[in-house]
Amino acid sequence: MKSGSNLEKIFEAGKFAVTAECGPPKSADGNVIVDKAKLLSGVVDAANITDNQTAVVRLCSMVSAHLAADNGLEPIMQMTCRDRNRLAMQADILGAAALGIKNILCLTGDHGCFGNHPQAKGVFDLDSIQLIRMYKNMRDEKIFDCGEEISVAPQLYIGCAENPFADPFEFRALRLQKKVNAGVDFIQTQCIFNIPKFKKWMEEVRALGLHKEVRIMAGLTPLKGAGMAKYMKNFVPGMDVPDAIVERMAAVEKGEPQQAEGKKIAVEMIKELAEVEGVAGVHIMAVEWEIAVPEIVAAAGLSPRPAVA
Amino acid sequence: MITAERKPLDELLAMLEGKDKVLVAGCDTCVAVCLTGGEKEAEILASELRIKAKADGRSVQIEHTSAIRQCEWEYLDMIAGKVAEFPVVLSMACGIGIQSMAEKFADTYVLPAVNTNMLGMPQEHAVWLERCGACGDCVLADTGGICPVVRCSKSLMNGPCGGSHAGLCEVTGPNKEEIPCAWALIYDKLMAQGRQEKLMEITPPKDWSKSSSGGPRKMVREEAKPV
Repeated sequence: MKSGSNLEKIFEAGKFAVTAECGPPKSADGNVIVDKAKLLSGVVDAANITDNQTAVVRLCSMVSAHLAADNGLEPIMQMTCRDRNRLAMQADILGAAALGIKNILCLTGDHGCFGNHPQAKGVFDLDSIQLIRMYKNMRDEKIFDCGEEISVAPQLYIGCAENPFADPFEFRALRLQKKVNAGVDFIQTQCIFNIPKFKKWMEEVRALGLHKEVRIMAGLTPLKGAGMAKYMKNFVPGMDVPDAIVERMAAVEKGEPQQAEGKKIAVEMIKELAEVEGVAGVHIMAVEWEIAVPEIVAAAGLSPRPAVA
Repeated sequence: MITAERKPLDELLAMLEGKDKVLVAGCDTCVAVCLTGGEKEAEILASELRIKAKADGRSVQIEHTSAIRQCEWEYLDMIAGKVAEFPVVLSMACGIGIQSMAEKFADTYVLPAVNTNMLGMPQEHAVWLERCGACGDCVLADTGGICPVVRCSKSLMNGPCGGSHAGLCEVTGPNKEEIPCAWALIYDKLMAQGRQEKLMEITPPKDWSKSSSGGPRKMVREEAKPV
């Protein structure tokens, strides 16, 4: 075991893993995290604690991860290269490890122009691949990026994201290979709506044998309405939403019926994705709709979550 | 070359408030090529300021001059006589020229007329694109001659990120103009050169101490110093 996290144990036990996302509030109200943690505790194996998601300032991911853990939800602490240099990213991971946080997700981060402080200086001292390698070296070689020794190294389960729908498509599986070479343990994909394209990417991933070296979690976002589907299709960078999905959502009445349809689509997709060779789990990104997660997980036949020792 | 854009007139007028004797100083090198601060632009700005003063009923003395390069002492010597006649100089040179003026003419109040923005090149007539970040540690040999430091919005050394779509960056320019994804360009170039293996190498963290993170930089060429 690298970290002994619940997520790592689930994978090691050969179980299909389920993670969700738990977004911190745009305020100092820690109870928001406490409530979401209580909602998701036992429903998923672990949850991503986002780090200034879409470059919008929020309660910091380390403290939110700590609050989640205190309330029964294993955190996957996100860390973006946008807001910290290599000193801060190493200091924060030592702090997180000291608090008992074991899962870390290494991200370059959305560009600041998408957030609420577009005038901020983007740091980008490292990129996500360099960050993965730095954390792996901290854990396995017990060294800082500068080469100095760490007396007590952080025990981490290192994750990252990958977008199978970005371009150049022919390089996406190879870029995952680079992340594997850098030392990543698990990956979560960008939200999948275009399943045929995802399957094509997975074929390339399997051809490289990467599904045996890294745990691949298929990402998906339950749609709350037809408006959201259209918005994601047209305005969210890197998103590939087929027209058929937008039309299916629009074909039912707004409000409650569309929400039900969105959950239904999510459940169908989880079942289909779980059958894809090399998919080791599912990552449900219910953006500000965490309340839908328990129902979706149960309807997908993934409840209750296995206990692993 | 170094490119710059002229500051808006209102900002210049606010800077010049209460100053009635002003010399507008152009620079005939980089900022002249980018049509911002050469002799011609200095002359135009001086007349703009005179017209505005006249409209406001203020009596002013506003003239213009130009140096071949404001960033070299010997060229500043050539305009020193003119500068001495004015308490205020509005420099249209890049930040380097403005500072050289301020250092050379210590008793003169030197003000900036432009915002220096990049090291760029004219991609087509009247369009300049950023091409160099002066990072002090050039990586162009590994990236097919395309700079990821300034041409990738996130300065990735191991791109492209998940925001690359159809050859474009997820970030758009200030006027919503499309930005080519530097890593899509690098990918195409290295593939065309048959250097796929280069794309698979993990580029280690960059040494930013050679850039501005190391403090103000100084270059000394001992062999070129006068004996």
